[in-house]
Amino acid sequence: MHARTETASDSQPAWPEEIFSTLQRFDVRQVPYVPDAGHSQLIERVLGSSTMRGIPLTTEEEGVALLLGAWAGGQRGVLLMQSSGVGNCINMLSLTQVFRFPFLTLVTMRGEWGEFNPWQVPMGSNTQAAFELCGVKVLRATHPEEVREVVEAGAAQAYNAATPTAVLLSQRLIGAKVFVK
Amino acid sequence: MSKANLLDRRAVVSHLLKDRNGAIAVGGLGASTYDIAAAGDDDRNFYLWGGMGGAVMIGLGLALAQPKLPVIVITGDGEMLMGLGSLATVGVQKPANLSIVVLDNEAYGETGGQVSHTAASVDLVGVARACGISDSRAIATMAEVEAFAASLKEASRGPRFANAKIDGANLERVLSNRDGTFIVNRLRGSLGHQPI
Repeated sequence: MHARTETASDSQPAWPEEIFSTLQRFDVRQVPYVPDAGHSQLIERVLGSSTMRGIPLTTEEEGVALLLGAWAGGQRGVLLMQSSGVGNCINMLSLTQVFRFPFLTLVTMRGEWGEFNPWQVPMGSNTQAAFELCGVKVLRATHPEEVREVVEAGAAQAYNAATPTAVLLSQRLIGAKVFVK
Repeated sequence: MSKANLLDRRAVVSHLLKDRNGAIAVGGLGASTYDIAAAGDDDRNFYLWGGMGGAVMIGLGLALAQPKLPVIVITGDGEMLMGLGSLATVGVQKPANLSIVVLDNEAYGETGGQVSHTAASVDLVGVARACGISDSRAIATMAEVEAFAASLKEASRGPRFANAKIDGANLERVLSNRDGTFIVNRLRGSLGHQPI
């Protein structure tokens, strides 16, 4: 396992930039998010983009409803959140089944792979099952070199086949959060 | 608990949607959806039969995607209370073309009339204003409804929020379409977008 790198720009991983490029290619316009350290680099890119609108939420379920509205109005979106937020979305995920709209979410995982905080473990352990119970297909990226193609596949099936899809970005990929005094 | 000086919900909604100027109307789960259906079916009516707490966020997504069209969310006090955070999110985005109208009967009419928080203590106008929606008002008369109806058909100078105190009468249900794929593709079609 490796520890999460913090802010040093020379050590930033390349995969968040690859995700950003993929989202650009798919003409994603609305990017609702609840902040997560694992998504921080991507969120910064979105907030600095002229074609995407980053939309901070108070809770993740807002993002599910927002993406339906975006699609109804002719725009694609993607929801960024961490695994603990998936539980907040359960009832609102009904919208993905009833409206069959292109729902894509990128979820940074906690509660696995060297987790320090036990409070993250219950939801992190059930993230994939919760999505699948709600009818959302789940893909996972664990290694940096596979992020591009996994996100690309997720975006393709979400936007081209209106198949609600979650891409889980493993804690192994992101690095376990280090708690020090 | 119907009071004589309170507004009739169907009259409020039919005034809000009269001469709608291409506006998109989102109806929150419950009686608000029936009210919008009662005012007349329209390609740009977006009926909700679930997703409680999501009406304002669906309206926000629409308003950001279609900045030149007025988007009107009409929902009830119970549905609004479940999504109070969405007012905070709207207050950050401030879409000029979004209007939110709460039909506030201070009760959960669909489930037996149990009182809601607005009956006891919650001031939704104050909440909306505190969330950064500066044009937030209470509506108590049809003259105020008329004035608000005129302003919300512009796609500018929003977001705006209104809380209309309505009477607690349970009116006959006017059932709208409830097939989501039909509702969303019909709306998209009216905006020039195709199904996948």
